[in-house]
Amino acid sequence: MKRTHLFAAFAIAATVALGAQTQAPDRSKPPAIGPAPQVKLPAIQKTKLSNGVPVWIVEMHKVPVVQVNLLVLSGSSDEPAGKYGIASLAASMLQDGAATRSALDIADAVDFLGADLSTTAGIDSTGIRLHATVAKLADALPIMADVALRPTFPQAELDRVRQQRLTSIAQARDSAETVAQLAFARVLFGQQHRFGTATLGTSDTIKSFTVADLRAYYQSVYRPEKSVLLVVGDVTASKVLPLLEAQFGKWTAPQTTPAPHVTLPAPPARTARGVYIVDKPGAAQSQIRIGMVGVPRSTPDYFPIQVMNTVLGGSFQSRLNMNLREKHGYTYGASSQFDMRVAAGPFVATAGVQTDKTADALKEFFNELAGIHQPVAADELTRAKNYITLRFPERFEATADISAQLESLIVYQLPDDYFSKYVANVQAVTAGDVKRTADAYVTPDKMAVVIVGDQKVIEPGIRALDLGPITTMTTDEIFGKP
Amino acid sequence: MRTVLTILIAACALLPRPAAAQTTPALTLNYTEFKLPNGMTVILHEDHSTPMVSVNVWHNVGSARERPGRTGFAHLFEHLMFMGSGHVKTGLFDELLEGVGGTDNASTGNDTTNYWINVPSNALELALYLESDRLGYLLDSMTPQIVDAQRDVVKNERRQRYENVPYGMAQVTLGEMLYPEGHPYHWPVIGYMPDLTAASYDDVVAFFKKYYSPANSSLAIAGDIDPAVARKLVEKWFSDVKPGAAAEPITIPGVSLTGVQKRTITDRVQLPRLYLAWLTPAFLTPGDSALDVLANVLAGGRNSRLYRRLVYDQQIAQQVSARQQSQNLGSQFVIEVTPRPGHTPEEIKAIIDEEITKLQQADPSDHEVQRAVNQFEASYYDRLEQVGGFGGKADQLNGYFIRTGDPDYFAEDVARYTSLAPSDIRAVALNFLPLDRRVELTVVPEGSR
Repeated sequence: MKRTHLFAAFAIAATVALGAQTQAPDRSKPPAIGPAPQVKLPAIQKTKLSNGVPVWIVEMHKVPVVQVNLLVLSGSSDEPAGKYGIASLAASMLQDGAATRSALDIADAVDFLGADLSTTAGIDSTGIRLHATVAKLADALPIMADVALRPTFPQAELDRVRQQRLTSIAQARDSAETVAQLAFARVLFGQQHRFGTATLGTSDTIKSFTVADLRAYYQSVYRPEKSVLLVVGDVTASKVLPLLEAQFGKWTAPQTTPAPHVTLPAPPARTARGVYIVDKPGAAQSQIRIGMVGVPRSTPDYFPIQVMNTVLGGSFQSRLNMNLREKHGYTYGASSQFDMRVAAGPFVATAGVQTDKTADALKEFFNELAGIHQPVAADELTRAKNYITLRFPERFEATADISAQLESLIVYQLPDDYFSKYVANVQAVTAGDVKRTADAYVTPDKMAVVIVGDQKVIEPGIRALDLGPITTMTTDEIFGKP
Repeated sequence: MRTVLTILIAACALLPRPAAAQTTPALTLNYTEFKLPNGMTVILHEDHSTPMVSVNVWHNVGSARERPGRTGFAHLFEHLMFMGSGHVKTGLFDELLEGVGGTDNASTGNDTTNYWINVPSNALELALYLESDRLGYLLDSMTPQIVDAQRDVVKNERRQRYENVPYGMAQVTLGEMLYPEGHPYHWPVIGYMPDLTAASYDDVVAFFKKYYSPANSSLAIAGDIDPAVARKLVEKWFSDVKPGAAAEPITIPGVSLTGVQKRTITDRVQLPRLYLAWLTPAFLTPGDSALDVLANVLAGGRNSRLYRRLVYDQQIAQQVSARQQSQNLGSQFVIEVTPRPGHTPEEIKAIIDEEITKLQQADPSDHEVQRAVNQFEASYYDRLEQVGGFGGKADQLNGYFIRTGDPDYFAEDVARYTSLAPSDIRAVALNFLPLDRRVELTVVPEGSR
């Protein structure tokens, strides 16, 4: 009995120990993981309204919300010289009076529905975007349609918005990040190229716009033949199409001439590196922007560039961030990006660094901008490609995520199989492609280096680096006289 | 679930102002909850619409737990949680995650600290490995050098997000003015520079042992999971994380303002800005949601009273906002306004006071209140669109659990708004926004003082 008892006790103990052992995880190496899940691409139903406006619908029966975007294929890029800022102003003022509704009526109606209506001009396109619960869609669409198709541009509203915008432009000087971004754009693209001036325009252009300008601009740009409707959410095509047809199907092009698509001039050629300092006395940090004119979205090197930039500055683990933040602690974060538009946008490497480490940080920036021309290690390349491809499903999670993806297909005229080939295209990038695109698009000895910081403190150290001629820029040069 | 939801909403749309019980659709999330032997609560929510999973952890500790001379420590500590642990070499945490398409982040508040890792669903086990290793073995790899490195990063975060941002120091100053010295909300979450300098390796050890125990944390996993499999993986990876005590609740005497406290600070800005602030009821306590609606009636949208009068009609202000900043030990209500050139904070303050007084004397209209409530109600649906990241479903389940003990508190939360009547809004304006007991902070352009 004793023995049996003992044996039994032992057996129980062993089971417990064994149980604990089988449960205690082996932490000596990370767990192996299975194959990546299949990307579930949204099924896009494409059709047209009776007036020819294309409609793309993605049904997503998860949450009872819906996103409806009217995308107009023109943005600030198409603004003629002297009218910088009119795309942004016109888009914003769509909500300041439409059909018989006043600005206050529109805001009240939208807010009362718990909906969100935004009207904004981007660089290459303009969006009238409605987000609402499905239950309120039928009530919200007529407001959206009035705003998009029947804006009135009242004089009193223009006077009001003008003052609002002039004040915003004045206030933009307060933010070191905004000043750095706009100074960098001006240095790269100059005054003659649209990308060299803020989307909002300048004080001079904002002062000059008239109601007649806005109405003429509207007539030439907001036209059915330049527009696409996108619907994403908890609706069915058969239910939502009649609603869209009723609100947008009778929209016809005005007799006026449509605005021509503007071909932007070539940006000024850069032959040497130059440093541009905007003084911000007493600044705790220097805001740094380093880069050059990059590539248009249509570049055949799109995928290699994404991979190369991910290695350089496109993720937390990227070289710039690991060096400037994790190794040296100069900054809260360093990154780089290629801002691709229909025309070539900027390539920029960015950080805010503590004032007394400005020169040290610049040195490390250029170490990494040089290092990206060395062959990339196999594991680093694989990690970058995985980081891009395996996060791809996240882009199709919320209604607004999907509609943004659809917009990019349309604005940049990407092929129908763009999404389905995306992962394979990224995975096909080789170390040779990374080096080739780094050599072609990242040339540190021709870059502009823009720094917004405490000039008195930072200039001696910058000068000692001998990066190139140093130019001092004023905020008036960047923003125009107030 | 979705079908039921839609039907209920449709029903509501037919009624002009239905009773509270009917306006609240059955907003709810399915979940399973269990407790590990080490005391950690686990919440699982299944959603297969996107092949990704979010692993979310809330720790019941924030800057309110810091001791004098070590402000900013809870947040500095948050940074250290990404620096590796017993079995994960320094730098490997993010390297492993990025290699499988993962992203992560965390945030520290006054009351709590929350962490999330988003991964494709095949990498759930890797996320649990990393999450459990830092909770079980953080100190095994911690060194003074790691603390130093993140100290520099955090100081730069303070420079970038507060010192070198227009009006960036106003929020810090408001806390100092609203709460007396020694109150845990007196100092900013980001901390003071000398305290960040003083933080030591020993502080890290003590803080970890005291606050980062399973009993003081909860884990929520949402997304493309099989709950049975996820549960097994959680049990496997968290089984060797040692138990510890839950933190004692913070007990502090109630605070109140006895008069008007005024202060003026300077900044390198073009325009002055005025902040008016009051101490208000804590998150989820009576009055909290009515103050949210009051903020909307005052300054949410073009037809709100202050926006309409100051920005739209008279055009003497560039912007105005009002918000109830809800926190566990007590909240603050803040009105912020930027006068246009040629107008003064004093001139605008008089108008704001007039509008507050009106709301103290008469109920807002049904329409104003309903407009605000409708916006709050609709926002709850938007909050169900994402499983991961800040404000995703995993984060919300955990947030509700930490604050109420009920992860699926959605319907109750919405009901706090849909049950409000105009007289409730007037009552909170009267009770909590006295003109003679508040903080008045003015930021003026440098050189203009």
